[in-house]
Amino acid sequence: MPRVGVFICHCGHNIASVVDVEKVAAYAKTLPNVIVAEHNLYSCSEEGLGSIKKSIEKNKLDRVVVAACTPRTHEPLFRKICEQAGINKYLFEFVNIREHVSWIHAKEPKAATEKAKNLVAMGVAKAALLEPQQETESSVIPRAVVIGGGLAGLTAASSLIAQNIETELIEKNNELGGILTNVSVIGPEFEDSKKLLDNYAKRLMGSPKAHIHLNSKVTAVKGFIGNFEVTINENGTEKKIPAGAIIVATGARELVPKEYGFGSLPGVITQLELEKMLAKGQVPKSAVFIQCVGSRQPGREYCSRICCNVSLKNALRIIRANPKSSVSILHRDIMSYGTASERLYREASEKGVKFMRYGLDSPAKVSKRDGHLVVDVYDETLDEILGLETDLVVLATPMTSQEDATDVGKLLKVPLDKNGFFLEAHVKLRPVEFATDGIFICGSARWPSSAKEVICQGLAAAAKAAIPIRRGKVVIEAITAQSDPEKCAACGNCVAACPYEAIEITTINGKMAAKVNEALCKGCGACVASCPNDAMQQRGFTTNQLSAMIDALIKSTVEGT
Amino acid sequence: MMAEFDPTILAFCCNWCSYAGADLAGVSRLQMPPNVHVIRVMCSASVKPEYLMKAVSQGVDGVLVLGCHIGDCHYMTGNHRTAKRVPLVKKIIRDVGIDERRVRLDWVSAAEGEKFQKVITEFVNEIKGLGPNPLRSVRF
Repeated sequence: MPRVGVFICHCGHNIASVVDVEKVAAYAKTLPNVIVAEHNLYSCSEEGLGSIKKSIEKNKLDRVVVAACTPRTHEPLFRKICEQAGINKYLFEFVNIREHVSWIHAKEPKAATEKAKNLVAMGVAKAALLEPQQETESSVIPRAVVIGGGLAGLTAASSLIAQNIETELIEKNNELGGILTNVSVIGPEFEDSKKLLDNYAKRLMGSPKAHIHLNSKVTAVKGFIGNFEVTINENGTEKKIPAGAIIVATGARELVPKEYGFGSLPGVITQLELEKMLAKGQVPKSAVFIQCVGSRQPGREYCSRICCNVSLKNALRIIRANPKSSVSILHRDIMSYGTASERLYREASEKGVKFMRYGLDSPAKVSKRDGHLVVDVYDETLDEILGLETDLVVLATPMTSQEDATDVGKLLKVPLDKNGFFLEAHVKLRPVEFATDGIFICGSARWPSSAKEVICQGLAAAAKAAIPIRRGKVVIEAITAQSDPEKCAACGNCVAACPYEAIEITTINGKMAAKVNEALCKGCGACVASCPNDAMQQRGFTTNQLSAMIDALIKSTVEGT
Repeated sequence: MMAEFDPTILAFCCNWCSYAGADLAGVSRLQMPPNVHVIRVMCSASVKPEYLMKAVSQGVDGVLVLGCHIGDCHYMTGNHRTAKRVPLVKKIIRDVGIDERRVRLDWVSAAEGEKFQKVITEFVNEIKGLGPNPLRSVRF
C-alpha cells in the first residue's frame, strides 16, 4: 500500500486567510492511503522543506502531495526535497490551492475550503498511483542564436562570446544598434551611444565565435532545448542554424502618434525625431514636451516607463545648450524613478524647465496662430488655460511592441501579453526565461526598458542561456510516452498522432507493436488519446492516474451531496 | 426553499497555455465562481474522450477542455486534434440525451488571465442554467 503524506501550505496569509488549511489537513487525513497530513506556514521555506523531509523520513512516506502554489514555478523545488529524503522525485504530486483557489475565491472562504479539499482528494488519488521514473539526458548543441541586434541582443551576444560560446546574431535591418542608432546620447548620464554600440560591435567583429547576419529574418524554428534548428532568410538566402538555446531580443518601437496635429502641423514631432535633430546639433529655441501621448489611457493602459526620463534628458540638452531657451513639459505624472533620474528632474526644475500637469480629460490643444505653434493647456495649479508659443512640440509617445512580435512569438511558441510584449515565465522567479525551456527574453521586447536595464537583462539572458550550453547536456523530464506491447494492436494511430515522429511500429518479442523513441518524445500525450487499446501511456499522466482524479472529484462532490 | 444549485465542474488545462492563463488569473486576483476543478495535462490533445464521457456519465455537471489557441500549441498541432475530438464527444453525449453544452472546448493563452475568468464564469452560469446533470441520480 502506498504511504502518502499531504502538506498544506499557508503561504503566509496568501492561502490561509481564505482557505481553512487546518480543515483541509484534517480532511486529507481521512483520505485513502494518507499516513500523515500537516500544514506549514511556508512550505517552500527552508523550515517548511526541512519539516517535509523530516516527515517523509519519520513516517516512511513513499508519496508526497504538496497543496500550495503552482507546479509551474515550485514543482522542481519540492521534487528535489523528495529526492533528498530518499524517494524518487516522480512520486510527488502538486495541488494548486493558491492561484486556483485562494486568490480567485477571496470572498468565499467556505466554498474555497471545499474546493481545496476536493483538489487535495484528487491529488492524493493520483499520487497513490504514481510510479518512480528514470530521467534521460540529451546532448546540447554548443551554439546560441540571438534574435535582434539592438542593445539587448548586442549585450547578450557579447556576453556569450566572452564565455567562448558560438553565437549567431540575427538582425532584420542592415545595421546593428536597433533603436539606439537614432539616439545619440543616453540618459541619465549623457553617455555617447555611438561609443557604446561601437564597443559592442568591435567585440563581436573581433571574435571568431560571433556570426552576424544582417538583413535577416527568422522564418522557422524547430526543436527544443539543446536541439533547436532556426531557419533564417538572409538577403534572400535560406540558412539553417542548429542551436542549443535562443535569446529573443527583438526590442520595441516608438508609437507614431495621431494626436496634436502630428503629420499635419510642421514642428510637431516625436521624441525620436527630436533625438535626430539634437544629434545634428539643431537645438530649438523653445520646445513644449507633451508626455503620455497615446499611453496610460483606455486602449493602451501601460506606462512606457522611459519617456519621462527621455524628456528630462532632452529638455536639459536644450537648456544646457542655450540657457535662455524656453522649455515646458506637460505631464500627467513625472516618473523620474531612481536616484540618477530624480537628479535630472531637480536640475531641470532649477534651470527653468516649466512642469505643468494636465488631466486625461483636459488634453492640450496644438494649433498654428500667426505663424507660430501654440499649445493651449489647462494648468491645474493656476486653474486657467495658458497659451504657450513654441518652435517645437515634442510628443512623448510610448514604446510599443514590434510589428512582427506576434510572428516571432508564433514561430517560437512563446506567449505575448495583451499589449503585444513578450511574456516571461514568471515576473520574479524567472524574469528572463520563457516557460519553454531553452528560450530566453531580454530588453524592450519584454517591456519598455532604459539602456541600463536592457544591458542588465541582456547579461542575465546570456548567463541563463549559457547554462545548458556549458553543461553540454539537459535532463529530459520523465513524462514521455511508453507503449505496452502486450496491449498494442499495431494500428498505427499513435504514429500518425505524434508530431515528432517519435513512434514506430516494429517487432517486439515476435509481435508487431508501437515503440516510442524517448529521445524524440516531447511528452505531449497526443498518442495516448489516440490509442484505442489503452496501450499507450504518458508517464505521470496515465489513464489510471487521471481517471482516479475524476473518481475522487465525483466521490467528494457528486456522491457527497 | 431549495438551496441554489452548486454545480461540480471539471476542467482539463494544458500546461503551456491555459494552465498558465489560470495561474495568471490567480496572480491578477481575478475572482470567479469556485465550481471548477482543474486537472493539468501537458497538452489538450492528450485528453481522452473517455475522460469527458466518464465525468459526464458519472454525474459531473460540466466539463471544460482548455488549450492553446490554434497556431500556438507548444506541440505544434496538438490542439488541432482536440478541436476535432471534443465536438465528437459533444455529439455522442447529445445522442444519448445529455445537453451537449455540458462539454465545452475553448482556447486560453498564457497571457489571457481575463479570458480564463470569463470562460469559467460563463460556463458556470451556463451549467447553473442547465441545472444538475440528470445522470447524477442514475449513476451506474
